[in-house]
Amino acid sequence: MILGKVVGTVVSTVKADDLAGARYLLVDKSSQRGEIKGDYLVALDLIGANRNELVMISESTSARETPLTVSKPIDAIIVGIIDVIDENDKIVYKK
Amino acid sequence: MILAKVIGTVVSSQKAQNLDGVKFLLLEKIDPVTLKGKNDYVVSIDSVGAGIGEIVFYVSGSSARFTKATEGKAADSAVIAIVDFIEKDGVYTFQKNK
Repeated sequence: MILGKVVGTVVSTVKADDLAGARYLLVDKSSQRGEIKGDYLVALDLIGANRNELVMISESTSARETPLTVSKPIDAIIVGIIDVIDENDKIVYKK
Repeated sequence: MILAKVIGTVVSSQKAQNLDGVKFLLLEKIDPVTLKGKNDYVVSIDSVGAGIGEIVFYVSGSSARFTKATEGKAADSAVIAIVDFIEKDGVYTFQKNK
């Protein structure tokens, strides 16, 4: 999975995947320390991630491995909100 | 999914048999904050009727085959949404028809 920070939302009414009520969040890829890279993607949010939260994103085929996204044209979903990351016994990110 | 702008169409008459009757769009990846093109292009199958100049996002890889337009076709990229708004940090960076 990759790490990213939720920075915004993307709204689209005309779409192919008919995921009613799905929230598409604008995510900026980030380091394990929460530093953003200015490299954006759109990810489907199924777990209620909020702005500025560090999240874990699954991409490609695995994005369809949830009840809501099975056989849907989706290739990036938020699978977890990060609380803490430690690196070499040092906390580098805390929510 | 990756944000992009539809900047053209691609026509191919000699192609994989199962790609008949499919509309190919030329997309340029964009930065969602500045809306500037990233000089990075992809050919993607249109499954939502996106027009030139519209901001869209597309899926890549196997997920691209899960739209009606691309089911069972040799396609690894499909435009799945026409974007109305992009909001970042509480500010609209893109609003359609504005």
